[in-house]
Order: sequence, then C-alpha cells, then structure tokens
Amino acid sequence: MIDAMDFSLLALSSPGWGGALLAGFLRSVELAAGGYLLGLVIGLLGATAKLYGGRVLRDIAEIYTLLIRAVPELVLMLLFYYVGTDLLNKLMGAMGREGIDIDGLSAGILVIGLVQGGYATEVIRGAIRAVPPGQIEAALAFGMSPLKVLRRVTLPAMTPHALPGMANLWMIATKDTALLAVIGFSELTLVTKQAAAATREYFLFFIAAGLLYLALTLISNLGLRWLERRARRGLPAAA
Amino acid sequence: MNDATPAVEIRDLHKHFGRLEVLKGISLTARPGDVVAVIGGSGSGKSTMLRCINMLETPSAGEIAIHGEAYAMRPTRDGGLEPADRRQLQRIRAQLGMVFQNFNLWPHRTVLGNVIEVPVQVLGMPRDEAVARARQVLDRVGLAEKEDAYPAHLSGGQQQRCAIARVLAVEPLAMLFDEPTSALDPELVGEVLNVIRDLAAEKRTMILVTHEMGFARDVASHVVYLKDGRIEEQGPPEQIFGDPRSPHLQQFIRSIA
Repeated sequence: MIDAMDFSLLALSSPGWGGALLAGFLRSVELAAGGYLLGLVIGLLGATAKLYGGRVLRDIAEIYTLLIRAVPELVLMLLFYYVGTDLLNKLMGAMGREGIDIDGLSAGILVIGLVQGGYATEVIRGAIRAVPPGQIEAALAFGMSPLKVLRRVTLPAMTPHALPGMANLWMIATKDTALLAVIGFSELTLVTKQAAAATREYFLFFIAAGLLYLALTLISNLGLRWLERRARRGLPAAA
Repeated sequence: MNDATPAVEIRDLHKHFGRLEVLKGISLTARPGDVVAVIGGSGSGKSTMLRCINMLETPSAGEIAIHGEAYAMRPTRDGGLEPADRRQLQRIRAQLGMVFQNFNLWPHRTVLGNVIEVPVQVLGMPRDEAVARARQVLDRVGLAEKEDAYPAHLSGGQQQRCAIARVLAVEPLAMLFDEPTSALDPELVGEVLNVIRDLAAEKRTMILVTHEMGFARDVASHVVYLKDGRIEEQGPPEQIFGDPRSPHLQQFIRSIA
C-alpha cells in the first residue's frame, strides 16, 4: 500500500495538495487559538461570576455551563453558527440597520470559544477553590480591594491548579476545529477530505492530516510543560 | 490626635455564629506602645476577637476604633453588622498588620515579592523605595539572604519571620498576632519569639493571641484572660501569672504550667 502512494501529491504547489493542506492547518490553528483565548476569557468571567457574583450572575453562569456541557459540541456549533448569525441579522434588521456579514474566521472562533468557555469556567472555578483561603484573607487583611486581590493573589495562585485542565482544553480546542468542517470551514479536515476525494488517495491524505494534528500536539506539549514549570515555581516539587 | 488616643479600642464587642455566642461583650484598649497578650483556652473567643479588629470577622454588635477612627458599620438583614464604607475599611486595614497562625504568605511570590506587595500595591509606594525598605525589614528578621526564595522552600520559622517582615514593611499602627507559633515545630518556635520580643522592646503596639505563657509573661505590658467569650481577668503580667484571682484562671495557668 505504501509503495502505491504517490507522495508527490503532497507537493506544496499545484498539482500537489501540500500547500492547501498547510493553509487548512494554519486556519485550524487560528481557529483553535482564537477560540481557546475567547474560552479562557469567558472561563475567567464565568468562574468569578459563579464564586463571587450576585444571584443573577451566578444563575446565568450556571445555566450557561449546564447547557454547554449537556449538548453535543457539534449540535452547539451548528446552533451557534446558523441560528446565531440568523438571530444577529434579524436583530440588526429590527434595529433598522442592515445585516452584518460575520466573516468565517470570527464566526468559527466565536463558536469554539463559546463551547470552550463552558468547560473553562468549571476548570478555573475548581482551581480558584483550591487556593487556600488564608492567602486571600491575608490580602484582604492588608487592605487590598477585592478586585486587586483577584488580580494579584487569587488568579496567580490558582494558575498552577488550572493548568492541567486548561492544557487539556487546548488539546480539545485543536481537535474541535475539525467539527467546523461540517459547517464548511476550510480547515485542515475539510481540505484533507477534498484533496482525498479529488485524488482518491484517502489513506495518504488522512495520514498526512493526522501527522499535522500530532505535530501540533507535540509542539503544544513543549509549550505547556514550560508554562507549568513556570507557574509552579515556588510550589513544592511534588504535588 | 494626641498620644493618649488608643491605637485599638474595642467597646462591648459581641459576636455570634448562628446561635452560638462566641464573644459576649468585650471591651479592650491598647494604647500606643502597649503589648497586649490575650490568653485563654480553645474556644474562649480570643482569635475571633483578634479577627474582629481588622474585620476579618464582622462583629454582631459593638464598636471598634483604630487610632480613634471607628469602623462605619450598618445593620444586616439577619440582625448583625457589616462594614458600611469599603474605602474606609481598606484604609484602616492597611494600617494594621496581621501575622497568621499558618503564615498565609503568597506562594507565587518570592520572599521579597511578599514583603513589597502591600507597600507597592496598597500604599502606592514607588517600587525602589519599597524594595529598599523590604531589605531593611528582612535584615531585621534575619532573612536578608533569602529574599529570592519562594515561601515553600523555607522552614516554618523562616516563613513566619517573612510574614512578620511583611507586616513591618507597612509600618502598622498596631500589629495583630494570631497564635504565631502554634503551627511551628517546637525547635522553630524560639526564632520567631525572639523576633517578636525585639519588636515588643521597641514599643511597637501589639495584640498577641498566644499559648506561650512564659513568653506572654516576658513581653506583655498587659495580659487579658478570656473565658467563654468574656474577659474574666486582666492586668499586668505579674498579677495575672503571679497572683491570679479567678479560680478559672488559676486552673488555666496550672494546666499549662
């Protein structure tokens, strides 16, 4: 089988599909990174809302995480993408403005970010609860404002506890981008499918795509390990 | 404000947790330079009283004033009190320094980082100045060599000395010690007590909740014995330890001697 594979099909320029594959890969990384960062921001807000918010904020965060984690991601993505843009356009129309055209990248990032945010909220909430309350109490006792306590004590102290879970979420984000193929994003999976269908070399292209995803994971691992070492400095070696 | 203004004044302090009444009307005054030792059995309310002074616990009733300024309080729905003015609360708290039983250093910052944190972030001191002052106080507590270490890499005694340096760096009106040696291995207690003893000798105002009776006797200018949420007896250390009147206090002193 390997002998029969025509590796020239992976050449960067036409008629090779390598360039298209790489472009799809970059699009996947963009979607994952953007969605992940958005998810991180939502997660920080969601976790603080759940832990320190008033009743209304807490309930909103609760419903959000419940729904996100209850519904399959693919369904959520279809829902956010089709229903979301539709609603947004109707809303703009009702306000007398013309419908806006959300570009694909932003829409994709939004969709992934909204899903990631639900999980990130829970990861960060757990990490904040793992911070010994005495550290927060000490900051309050010295007259720090609650917001400053959050920024200077709670968030940095919770980071080492959040990192393993957040690293996991990054891995999931890179793979969730493949689900966007269903909506028609030219990310790695969709491009791979097109290349495979056009050349009938399914094995070759899907192996190549798999290797690209693997490479992303391996590189990410290096970065995450570095981050974890950095965040854990000052903590006892074994934990 | 003259020198007669008490550094800390507590008037008729009550505190209950649910139906459990922990403090049943405590009045206590610490003038500048006083070293007040608070002793008593576990559950007598001594830590709760101390934590009311900087509002880590909010009193159910009563008044607390720091250097003549009383905390503005307002009633809560469940019949207690809460601080009414967050800015005032933060301002008063920044004038008090607390040393905790479990040190409560910030683990993600170095020894130096812990000591400059409040001066820079709360008092708005320029960083250079804060670092210079931090080095002075670290030298005082014998941690000059350790400024780049993280708390987890220090012994308990060193961590507590760092916590004391963190308090000294804010030049507080009064220092609050909440059983500062109770979490330490016996051989590390001495180094922390020595630091506190030096500070007491400098006439710094302190309120010290402690189980170290010999130490309280040595350094305190005034000793308060708490029993079941009330001050049962108070006076100079010679009187409290040498000639206790209340039978409870007599028994308490016998039991730890």
